[in-house]
Amino acid sequence: MTTPSHRLSARPLAIYPAAMLLVFFLIPFGIMVVVSFFHRVEGAFFEPAFEFANYARFLSPFFGKILATSIGLSAAAAVIGVVVAFPFTYFLTTMPRRQQTVILVFLLSVLSLSEVIIGFAWSTLLSRTAGVSNLLVWIGILDGPQAYTPSLTALLLGLCYLGFPYAVLVIYPALSRLDPELPEAARMSGASPVAAFFNVIIPVMRNTIVGTLILVFVFTLGAYLLPQVLGRPQHWTLSVHITDQAIFQSNLPFSAAMAVFLLLVSLALVGITMLLSQPKGQRS
Amino acid sequence: MTSVRIENLSKTFGEVRAVDGIDLDIPDGKFVCLLGPSGCGKTTLLRLIAGLEAESGGRILVDGQDQAGIPAHKRDFGMVFQSLALFPHLSVAENIAYPLKIRGTGAEERRKRATELLDLVQLPHIEDRAISQLSGGQRQRVAIARGLAIDPKLFLLDEPLSALDAKLREHMQIELRQLQQKLQVTTIVVTHDQREAMTMADIVIVMDRGKVQQAGPPIDIYRRPANSFVADFIGTTNLIPCTVKDGRSIDVLGHEVTLGEEDVINPDVNGSAILSVRPEDVAVTERAGDHTVPGEVAFIRDLGANVEISVRARDLEIRSVCTPKRRPDVAVGQTVGLEFHTGRCTVMAS
Ligand SMILES: Nc1ncnc2c1ncn2[C@@H]1O[C@H](COP(=O)(O)OP(=O)(O)OP(=O)(O)O)[C@@H](O)[C@H]1O
Ligand SMILES: [Mg+2]
Repeated sequence: MTTPSHRLSARPLAIYPAAMLLVFFLIPFGIMVVVSFFHRVEGAFFEPAFEFANYARFLSPFFGKILATSIGLSAAAAVIGVVVAFPFTYFLTTMPRRQQTVILVFLLSVLSLSEVIIGFAWSTLLSRTAGVSNLLVWIGILDGPQAYTPSLTALLLGLCYLGFPYAVLVIYPALSRLDPELPEAARMSGASPVAAFFNVIIPVMRNTIVGTLILVFVFTLGAYLLPQVLGRPQHWTLSVHITDQAIFQSNLPFSAAMAVFLLLVSLALVGITMLLSQPKGQRS
Repeated sequence: MTSVRIENLSKTFGEVRAVDGIDLDIPDGKFVCLLGPSGCGKTTLLRLIAGLEAESGGRILVDGQDQAGIPAHKRDFGMVFQSLALFPHLSVAENIAYPLKIRGTGAEERRKRATELLDLVQLPHIEDRAISQLSGGQRQRVAIARGLAIDPKLFLLDEPLSALDAKLREHMQIELRQLQQKLQVTTIVVTHDQREAMTMADIVIVMDRGKVQQAGPPIDIYRRPANSFVADFIGTTNLIPCTVKDGRSIDVLGHEVTLGEEDVINPDVNGSAILSVRPEDVAVTERAGDHTVPGEVAFIRDLGANVEISVRARDLEIRSVCTPKRRPDVAVGQTVGLEFHTGRCTVMAS
């Protein structure tokens, strides 16, 4: 129960997050939306206008394919990342506390690496001259060193690597709060550990899993360096093109239009995912 | 038809000896209560039997078969957990029938069995409810129904009633006992409530610090406790230092008391010992006589249903309980005599 005086004193505090949201999110976003309708002046910058040319240009098979590539790549990275991260985190929570802490600290330190470092580290690791293939040659599995990058696999690997620690850090608190007697009750009901994992742990954790999928999806959607470092030009995502248009072509209105479009599409996808993942009977 | 035999079983967690060399025999169809203070290893013993914990030493035999190497999910036991551990994403019927589903029983058969079990635990017509819609007592019964779904060889319960309020709890104790008698399933229940154990059990196993202190029918344990821990843990008792002299004569607080044929002197007693006598087996007489221990009334508490009189004898406080009808005519400060009912005294090693 909050008394009126408490509520009064809480009001100025509520203004703070609202103001932060306004200053750092809504205003820049508004500027972006406005710019997306501006007219680009060739050789110069842009001038105020209200035209749909930027959006019209976007609605072409070329950019449609790029959008599909972006979404496909991020969705794949999200699914692979969660499929790997979930069992990993489950085993993590069954380990002694001390080892859990060590591994979590290690994951946190991976978070401190920027996309640039991750991208170039993987590109070196997968290269012909200094990569892992040299190790495989040395062991005797391969006849000669090979380049694994640039390729789709390399790019997916990089994106998963980027999303994995976030996935673990989101799943970990939920899994460590899970009643350990739940899987045990499944075991006593006759379920093998694997059956207990699929019949009980995964369904009980569904909301967390969906949340993590969305998080990794949205997060990797914003990656603009990895596709250039690890992928081929046909793997360049919308984020790469936005960067390209904004920085190298100085076409801010068009890049703003693409950004708005990307945002709307990912919002729609997130919405659909949340709707579809609601348990039976609770769907309204 | 399931009997359990436990031989020199032990379990250590690092330095902690949670279960420390336990031997037990549990005959078929019995209702067994594991009773003891917090941390004495009850849950660990139950989990060892369930197969959820690997033993550090010793053996568990179920119907003569060594359980080592049989994983929990292949033992065909039923278990009710302390948190109940009902599956929140499944309906009541799906929860109850989960053990059948795992074993490949068809949907129709599962539904039928769930309905049957819900009738058995007196919760008809709630098959399709969500677990979150149930009250504490209803969840309890659903968990019990799930534990019984496959006609388990052994039914294991870890403090199943601890989350219920006192009244419902007492009711469920009786119901659980009746259910077990109907099904004749060998049942092991962990509890730290001695009243609960006395209500339900054929056999009470009193544990302390990872060891079995005494095992037997509840009334035997109450009347003939093996040691002062058991005497004190089960019900209330007076523990009075005494010295055993020749034959059946003992010296209590400087007064000689002769024990009857029915009184128990534990075999491990010699010399100085402890006399355990329940408050209801101590009579207060208005005058100190030859065969009574003298003392002074310190406190009288009239609770309506019975009267408690505390008598100070030397530096000990000895409690007596009687019905209001038999209340002696004494007042606080008065010198009285204490008489111990013959056949109700136990002398144990100190
Ligand atoms: N997984 C574990 N790791 C380490 N120590 C444990 C573990 N489980 C139990 N213990 C220790 O073993 C001892 C016995 O624990 P147990 O849970 O069997 O007691 P209990 O009799 O069930 O107590 P309670 O009435 O409080 O439930 C305790 O000292 C406990 O700290
Ligand atoms: Mg316990």
